Amino acid sequence: MEKLEFKFPSQPGKISPITALCGVVGSGNLEILVRTGSDADVCEVSIKTSARGFGEIWQAVLTDFAEHNPAGGTRIFINDMGATPAVVSLRLGQALTEYLGVAQ
Amino acid sequence: MNATNGFTPGHSYFEATARQRLQQILDAGSFREFLAPETVEVSPHLAALDLPGAFDDGVIIGAASLGGRRVLVAAQEGRFMGGSVGEIHGAKIVGLLRRAVAERPDAVLLLVDSGGVRLHEANAGLIAISEIMRAVLTVRAAGVPVLALVGGSCGAFGGMGIVAKLCSAILISEEGRLALSGPEVIETVMGVEEFDSKDRALVWRVTGGKHRYLMGDCAELVEDDSAAFRLGALEYLDTHGEPEPSLFTLRAVQQHLSDRMVRFGAYRDGLEVWADLGVAQPQQVPLLDRDSLVALKKGLPA
Repeated sequence: MEKLEFKFPSQPGKISPITALCGVVGSGNLEILVRTGSDADVCEVSIKTSARGFGEIWQAVLTDFAEHNPAGGTRIFINDMGATPAVVSLRLGQALTEYLGVAQ
Repeated sequence: MNATNGFTPGHSYFEATARQRLQQILDAGSFREFLAPETVEVSPHLAALDLPGAFDDGVIIGAASLGGRRVLVAAQEGRFMGGSVGEIHGAKIVGLLRRAVAERPDAVLLLVDSGGVRLHEANAGLIAISEIMRAVLTVRAAGVPVLALVGGSCGAFGGMGIVAKLCSAILISEEGRLALSGPEVIETVMGVEEFDSKDRALVWRVTGGKHRYLMGDCAELVEDDSAAFRLGALEYLDTHGEPEPSLFTLRAVQQHLSDRMVRFGAYRDGLEVWADLGVAQPQQVPLLDRDSLVALKKGLPA
């Protein structure tokens, strides 16, 4: 297992009262938890992944996510079981939509 | 029949995640999770083995309403480590069942989707399973029915197969499976001549929902649809109370199982069992839809 920590600048999103959770820690899949973070224009991500040595790819996928989505002010936790970058991107989008979906 | 409370039918139970199943089966918006993600530790055993855990350790527990009845419910996530019961996973289910003894809800639902004990957690997992078994019996003795719903990809195997059979009743879909040792375990231990776990048709003829229903191991056979599981559970609760435990009933069940072993024990395949039960064309059973199979069972000699 590898543990990775990242912080990205991102456009501030709405503050949601909920914690969003989507996906399952199954083969080729991952679960993503999104809740409110401490810094309004930062997206902070902690990852536990079964696949070692893919830090650069995580960085690239998450940089792209933080650039193109209002993920500022979120704290994201990921448990990964070897999801491909495409699956990670889709799940991130799904998790953020769910988190922002009930924003007031 | 009318599904109530704004419920939308038409969701495959088999394909759904545990969280989706809860949304699809329970009254809309009624589910309240206990020990939500981040409020409970993830498995220390998996971390020690350098494996990522899941926030809910593969089981979601909580309170909800089902057709207006108060229920406590646990849903196992088969996609996370085969729905296996680790220490935290098991403790969550045991805690839910003990709560049921204290609160006396109208029923407890166990959405079983599990290969059994999580072998990574060894004794902690085994102890957890035995605690679940004890707790299920305690809940039933308190007069609260415990329903097992079996229709996920992992079925109900190993210790969770036993737990399912300790419940008041099992609702199963054709896709569901119920047994003690899983097909691959039997093949590994006894050899492929004993049981070919790659032969999926054989696996379903021996452990699958239709077989279990014909054998009387499951109270209801339902379609692979969350709405069907919901309606099946509601119908069961409408028509059954939880009987007082009695030694007489237990002895009768034991006798029935002994007779069954004598009658069917030498058979190698569900086909032979179904022929013995009086099914005229046993080879047709896997092709029948749910309603036809239920009608066929009604017509069998008692």
